[in-house]
Amino acid sequence: MAEKMYKLPLPRVGGHSAEFYKFCKEHELRFQRCKDCRAWRHIPRDMCAKCGSFEWEWARSSGKGTVFSWTTAMQPMMPQFAGKIPYSPVIVELEEGVRMVTWLTDVKPDELTLGMPVEIVFDDVTPEVALPMFRRAA
Amino acid sequence: MYSLKDKACIVGVGESAFTRGSGKTELGLMLDASTKAIADAGLKPHDIDGIIGPPLGAASEHIAANLGIEDMRYATTVHMGGASPVVSLQSAAMAIASGVATNVLIPLGWNGYSSNPVRGGGARAATGEKPMPAPNPLQNTIGAFYLPYGATVPVQWYAWLATRHKHLYGTPFEAMGAIAVAERKHAQLNEKAMMRGRPLTLEDYLAARWVSYPFRLFDCCLETDAACAIVVTSAERAKDLKHAPVYISGVAEGHPYPADDIPARPDPFVIGLSFAAPKAFAMAGVTHKDIDFLEVYDCFTYVVMLQIEAMGFCKRGEVKDFVTGGRIELGGELPLNTHGGLLSEAHVWGANHIVEAARQLRHACGARQVADAEIGLVTGWGDFGDGGLAILRR
Repeated sequence: MAEKMYKLPLPRVGGHSAEFYKFCKEHELRFQRCKDCRAWRHIPRDMCAKCGSFEWEWARSSGKGTVFSWTTAMQPMMPQFAGKIPYSPVIVELEEGVRMVTWLTDVKPDELTLGMPVEIVFDDVTPEVALPMFRRAA
Repeated sequence: MYSLKDKACIVGVGESAFTRGSGKTELGLMLDASTKAIADAGLKPHDIDGIIGPPLGAASEHIAANLGIEDMRYATTVHMGGASPVVSLQSAAMAIASGVATNVLIPLGWNGYSSNPVRGGGARAATGEKPMPAPNPLQNTIGAFYLPYGATVPVQWYAWLATRHKHLYGTPFEAMGAIAVAERKHAQLNEKAMMRGRPLTLEDYLAARWVSYPFRLFDCCLETDAACAIVVTSAERAKDLKHAPVYISGVAEGHPYPADDIPARPDPFVIGLSFAAPKAFAMAGVTHKDIDFLEVYDCFTYVVMLQIEAMGFCKRGEVKDFVTGGRIELGGELPLNTHGGLLSEAHVWGANHIVEAARQLRHACGARQVADAEIGLVTGWGDFGDGGLAILRR
């Protein structure tokens, strides 16, 4: 039932990105980390771009980060998002150095600033899918 | 160091009508522009032996079959979104310099207005014709990581760059507006411009509705049904053709790193042009001061500003001063997008920027002619910031 109520598009995943969201379902924010040179990376990839290693693990992030940039959509480009206008796709930079696109749950568009501290919170949008979101942190 | 300097020339340019509702397929639009460009060069369709087909709409094979080119010696496609036409000049110059091809056609056309799904798909839908699928390296990133948050189109992706730049360097909306206003002024001198007869003031610009912060309506390019085509040949052969040759003096492509994800970039303002520009300037043997005019890919005002900084026309954060005060207007020190650009002439993936640059260097632009233009610079921008530039001279 909940699945039918959630009208927005779900992630289209496969391979590594499916694994990323599998951890999200468990409310764990994990990124790939090279087993050889220990470099973090996102989006997920087959190889470590720093050292060339094929060996990696899904390492747990602290979930703490800051706002790196954003846009605020005021015209829906997909009809599903019409009811969400205005909304802000935000880029968050995690403590580990990786960056990801997300939404903030408790920040209005005109309150956004570069460097604003935020922390992870998961939104169980369907029984199968939890989306990583962020909220204002102290 | 390799060089393609002055080995190939633009000898023919042409375009279809620019409309909102062409009633033609993309292929039909491109054949219209292509036959005009070939005739402009003083060549026959059979003289074309290389085609750099567009990344969407039709393949080189379709175009060759219609033009009656029996021996197509070179067919390829550059998949760099809006940077494809300018980077195709590089591929054309490579093919010609190596002897693989003699006369290369670069067609680009689309129903950018009427094929938009919100308008029913245009002529292609009416004929039941399916769009040609294009490989897109960005789809995995978008589908898995941007789509759930409603970041699905360029005006939103490039806004991430613009917002950060704006808040780090204090770039005012008036600087973005200066680009929109200058290009609209230039369009008033261009009989083909979609926005001719519709002047724009800075007040109009600031009063317009938001699309996606920090972009308002007039920060955004037009949607047009249109095609352009360019014919490139060897410098030697160019001398015997109809118009004075326009030499490709420096040309290069570049890709941001990583090219398939914007947030992951170590420095978000290092774009494709950051890598390409030094190569093209070195190849041409010119400096920024030698450039008489700029045709910069202008899907959005701020994308022009990022490119101007990345090419080194000014330091990072200083583009707000560079684009204000009249420098970029006709009659100023460095006129920008003299035809009106994607913002005010038409959206033809920047192929129209190449056409305009060639005509400026032929001194054939009438009321909007840049006086004594000798050297012009054209850029392309596509996908997540892929870039290319060509330094052209008469």
